[in-house]
Amino acid sequence: MGVGITVERLNAFYGKTQALFDININVLANHATALIGPSGCGKSTFIRCLNRMHETIPESRVEGNVRIGEFNVYNGTSATELRRRVGMVFQKPNPFPTMSIYDNVAAGLKLNGFRNRKKVDEVVEKSLRSSALFEEVKDSLHKKSGASLSGGQQQRLCIARALAVQPEVLLMDEPCSALDPISTGKIEELIFQLKEQYTIVIVTHNMQQAARVAEFTGFFLLGKMIEFDKTEKVFTNPSDKRTEDYVTGRFG
Amino acid sequence: MTGVAILTVVIVLAPLVAIFGYLCYKGIGSINIAFLTQTPKPVGEVGGGMANAIVGSAFILAIASLMGVPMGIGAGIFLSEYGRNRYGDAVRFVSDVLNGVPSIVIGIVAYGLVVIRQKHFSALAGGVALAIMMVPTIARTTEQMLLLVPQAIREAAYGLGVSRWRTTLSITLRTATSGVITGVMLAFARVAGETAPLLFTAFGNQFWNLKPDQPTAALSLQIYTYALSPFDDWHRQAWAGSFVLIVLIVGAVAAVRYVVRRGRLAGA
Repeated sequence: MGVGITVERLNAFYGKTQALFDININVLANHATALIGPSGCGKSTFIRCLNRMHETIPESRVEGNVRIGEFNVYNGTSATELRRRVGMVFQKPNPFPTMSIYDNVAAGLKLNGFRNRKKVDEVVEKSLRSSALFEEVKDSLHKKSGASLSGGQQQRLCIARALAVQPEVLLMDEPCSALDPISTGKIEELIFQLKEQYTIVIVTHNMQQAARVAEFTGFFLLGKMIEFDKTEKVFTNPSDKRTEDYVTGRFG
Repeated sequence: MTGVAILTVVIVLAPLVAIFGYLCYKGIGSINIAFLTQTPKPVGEVGGGMANAIVGSAFILAIASLMGVPMGIGAGIFLSEYGRNRYGDAVRFVSDVLNGVPSIVIGIVAYGLVVIRQKHFSALAGGVALAIMMVPTIARTTEQMLLLVPQAIREAAYGLGVSRWRTTLSITLRTATSGVITGVMLAFARVAGETAPLLFTAFGNQFWNLKPDQPTAALSLQIYTYALSPFDDWHRQAWAGSFVLIVLIVGAVAAVRYVVRRGRLAGA
């Protein structure tokens, strides 16, 4: 089951440059929350703070409080342990190119020391079914490399790979920006099903997409969260002028 | 333009073909069962072979690879994953300098490190000398190959909760395997024919030896000795030895490439 996310006074830095300013947000469990805003506004940085990917960049720094379920992200939890509970799907599909489809999905389990063959088999199949890829690849699980699939299939493979470690939260950083409309449609459908089991935070450049998949939407601008509310409200009756300008296409 | 390109290819390939052709012409005729199975005959007697030198070369190279390959790959990992700083730059500089040190000097170093302490020549000393020569080549090619692995691949592993060292070994290094192995084989082929560093380390031996602490015959040493001798039969054997050396190097490189390729998946 998914868990909620609470963020309090989050500030993030790249060296001396501050990228996020005092972000506060409450993400509801088992819902999809979309983050929108122009390029460089900090949405990607923000979700990378949720699973501590931000700190893998040299000289980066985070201040503030993040809680995911019972876990205090920046206090008392190791980054690796946290990331097993918070899956991530990246902007560009990034399957492990030298691994088979099966090994790609099993990677998270195997590399974290889980070796029960039968159980891994089950998890791989279940994860591939959850990401609606199983039927397309079931005959070449061990034969084909993850990199041999089409872009849309690769992205669903990456989703399966993230699901295989059985996270509670799924972070998606513009998961459809490199995909064609049909693949995008498939991923969006998937988000609807995944909500039942996971809490989803999705960064998107596509406002229609946010409107289609998310119950809540946050609008970021220049590292600040301008508005966070129900999706309908943000798109039809925003309370901030800047949000209105953005969603009506007056800038960005 | 195409004509110029073809011409340069011909110019580059001509010496290779010439060397290989002449070697086959001179070498193949001199190879016989005795050459491949017997040890050298005493001076003045015709016949005998280089069997002990063929095995000795393989033995010294095995010792060198056992030490040089892990150290080289380890250094390459350091440079690419942890070396974006002054320490990395220092290691890069030292390794480039080491790459340019004449092989005879490296032989002297191995002499000082191993031979003087053991008080006699040994296969181990030869292996150490060759290992030192392998390290910089392997380190720099491994670094380059690991840097070619996109950051996104590493992030994918971090995102699954895989620790950094595990990501480096099981994801980054694995993704770069074929390139890293090419570097290893390059270093291997380069030292396999080295003579100078073996002169006063492995030293050479007229008899069989498979003890790492004893002087050991090597093909390159044997070729050197025989080629300088006044006997026709020894000249003949030197040619045969050169041919066998080349075949062994090409064979080893081809075998490793074949094994690596067989493990590759469709579309990878």
